[in-house]
Amino acid sequence: MTSAIVVSGLHKSYGSTHALDGLDLEVATGEVHGFLGPNGAGKSTTIRVLLGLLKGDDGDASLLGGDPWHDAAKLHRRLAYVPGDVNLWPNLTGGEVIDLLGRLRGGQDPKKRDDLLRRFDLDPTKKGRTYSKGNRQKVALVAALASDVELLILDEPTSGLDPLMEEVFRQCIEEERQRDRTVLLSSHILSEVEALCDRISIIRRGKVVETGTLADLRHLTRTSIQAELAASPNGLAQLPGVHSLDVEGNRVRCEVDTALLDGLMKQLAASGIKSLVAQPPTLEELFLRHYEDDAAEPVAATR
Amino acid sequence: MNDFAGTTTLVRLALRRDRVILPVWILVFVSMAAGSAKASIDLYPDVASRVSAAETTNSSPALVSLYGRIYDPTSLGEVSLFKLTSFGALLVGLLAALLVVRHTRAEEESGRLELLSAGVLGRYAALTAALIVSAGTVIVLGLLTAVSLMGTGLPTGGSFAFGLTWIAAGLAFAGVGALTAQLTEGARTANGFTAIVLGVSYVLRALGDSSADGGSRWISWFSPIGWAQQIRPYAGDRWLLALAPLALLVVLVVAAFALIRRRDVGAGLVRPRPGPATAAASLRSPLALAWRLHRGSLLAWGFAFLLLGFVVGNIASNVDGFVSSEGAKDFVEKLGGVNGITDAFLSSEMGMLGLLASAFGIQAALRLRSEETALRAEPLLATGVTRYQWLASHVLMALLGTAVLVLVGGLGSGISSGASLGNMGRQVPRMLAAAAIQLPAIWVVTALVVLLFGLAPKLITTVWAFFGAFLLIGQFGPLFDLPQGLMDLSPYAHTPRLPGGDFSATPVIVLAAIALALLVAGSTTFRRRDVG
Ligand SMILES: Nc1ncnc2c1ncn2[C@@H]1O[C@H](COP(=O)(O)OP(=O)(O)O)[C@@H](O)[C@H]1O
Ligand SMILES: [Mg+2]
Repeated sequence: MTSAIVVSGLHKSYGSTHALDGLDLEVATGEVHGFLGPNGAGKSTTIRVLLGLLKGDDGDASLLGGDPWHDAAKLHRRLAYVPGDVNLWPNLTGGEVIDLLGRLRGGQDPKKRDDLLRRFDLDPTKKGRTYSKGNRQKVALVAALASDVELLILDEPTSGLDPLMEEVFRQCIEEERQRDRTVLLSSHILSEVEALCDRISIIRRGKVVETGTLADLRHLTRTSIQAELAASPNGLAQLPGVHSLDVEGNRVRCEVDTALLDGLMKQLAASGIKSLVAQPPTLEELFLRHYEDDAAEPVAATR
Repeated sequence: MNDFAGTTTLVRLALRRDRVILPVWILVFVSMAAGSAKASIDLYPDVASRVSAAETTNSSPALVSLYGRIYDPTSLGEVSLFKLTSFGALLVGLLAALLVVRHTRAEEESGRLELLSAGVLGRYAALTAALIVSAGTVIVLGLLTAVSLMGTGLPTGGSFAFGLTWIAAGLAFAGVGALTAQLTEGARTANGFTAIVLGVSYVLRALGDSSADGGSRWISWFSPIGWAQQIRPYAGDRWLLALAPLALLVVLVVAAFALIRRRDVGAGLVRPRPGPATAAASLRSPLALAWRLHRGSLLAWGFAFLLLGFVVGNIASNVDGFVSSEGAKDFVEKLGGVNGITDAFLSSEMGMLGLLASAFGIQAALRLRSEETALRAEPLLATGVTRYQWLASHVLMALLGTAVLVLVGGLGSGISSGASLGNMGRQVPRMLAAAAIQLPAIWVVTALVVLLFGLAPKLITTVWAFFGAFLLIGQFGPLFDLPQGLMDLSPYAHTPRLPGGDFSATPVIVLAAIALALLVAGSTTFRRRDVG
């Protein structure tokens, strides 16, 4: 497996703001990689370093096998980038911008371009100043998706889109996955990343705190269980990994560390299971745990 | 809810925003009038000298169409100020209209007037406030001008009539601005419409004025500038004519209010025209994009420079007519005869064109920074475009743009001075050379923008301070006996004075080398810094 992006120990400060604090990130060729984190976590900064727009203070970054700072223009012909804030030239039409960006990247597929325009319901004859935020974003998305490139770098590309268009976007990314294009998708929307990505890196305060497939990450989370048993259960409270236990007669509700699910199941089966509902963890929960840490940390940090 | 709610707040806000620029503009106009009056009064000590100057003017169609006719050749005030009557009215009109658009459509476009739809402000509040600010500015400007003219010794009645001329034009075009601001979604387009109306008004007046007696002089009466001019300050003081522009203001404002009632906040009456769905085959490089972004403004500036060149060349051909008194003639002979003084005039005017072209160069180069801060550089620099290519695209527009401007100005002045002096074949190349020689200094200042862009992008607008300092040193240095070392800091001080002066290659080469060094330093530092 080759890597499209490898970042290790990257640091970047803006004056006194330490935006990246030893960030590690690896995106394999051909995967859709989710780059998930709250606002201000350092997603855009990382992407700008990868694009050679910012120079990292320390650490290494490699992009498509090259150095993002020194080989910037050469590498850029092989990728397409959609910024988080898209601004267009007031007097150029959306169609002109799409064509221009495609040509500067090294080609685009005209059929795909027209198809995308239709699917995103975008009028390419309007002037840049007359587009709404969502439509400006669509212009950049169409330009990127229609380009003949190996790698797509998308920085919160759906922040201005309505739900219908988000769905179109998801289909498009699904198609890119099938074509084996590499995608780095930054987002603070959990459901989006959950639905689209092969692997996920979670960034918090300039550091990647978790990385892996959705399945890998689920091991770090809890499954919630509701069961109705034949007899009243016993010994549940002593089991490792069981939390928020609530027993009412023969009914049980609890949460269990997903890795320790097996032990709980055996114990429940011993009392005879009549019905069982198990809810897999969502990224929401995963994320909440990091937020909980976030909330706790300032207290710990008080000197 | 009250349609005018919040007007006073908006007036206060506008005055706060413009607290520097408004007094500066007022000062510029007042000192332009007073300075010009002071300078000309001494030129015409007696009635005979005035009559002869007035006759020269009235018999030159070029001067009449440019400035208007002199109605009372014996009037000191009119002979001294006729050049500023309608020309100044044009500029005051421009100021008034720009102010209205600035505080209505430009605000609306930027989204700052969303409060309007939030219901905090009445729907007429923004326009009413803008009109108050604009009209107030114009009235203060006109009254102070009148007072300053009285100060130079000109008659009170005429001085106030002159101020009224400017006020009348300003009010009429404040109305034009109010209307154009309603038409389009973009403030730039609104200003464009205003400029067209101003231009047409001026041309109508010029056509009327330059027609033969009994011919089509009535054409002037279709122009608000014509009405203002026909107040005839110092030559009849026809006060009541000020009612015509005032009536126009009322009509236009009523129409603008009616349009506001019909449209949504942010929308225009003229729907923005759709453009091409695909890019032209030529739009495939940063340079092609830069050309798209700069061509509109270059075209407008180029047109202005051509006109300016014609005007300058035309005045030059009348220089000997202006210095008709015997004493002045001796003085002129000492300076190298009429040819010498014509050349001296032309070379100083070429210097002026050079300064103006520098303003274009600075503005075009500043586009680098505005593209960067508006996040429009980032998507381009994330394509196959290198930083050098992107930077070069805008820098080339700035450098070549200034070259086009001065050459067009030189061509215009060569043609018009050559035509009236009867030696076109000699004069055109001379003036083109005089224009081209301005470029090294212009490029030094333009390149300074590039250096700041690479080295200290946050301080890039200080280039205007440098430019202002160079300008002041050039204008007032000799007057205040500033040390030569200080005056030499200005690149413009080293430009050879052509036509007529001695050409020396050394300063030209040195200036060009400095410009090149600044460009190289600016682009390498930009390559090394963060974008954004
Ligand atoms: N140009 C800048 N100057 C100063 N601070 C910045 C700048 N850009 C980003 N930051 C700061 O760096 C941190 C990371 O920002 P960013 O990478 O934009 O986060 P994200 O994209 O994850 O929302 C934030 O604290 C932000 O305020
Ligand atoms: Mg961001």
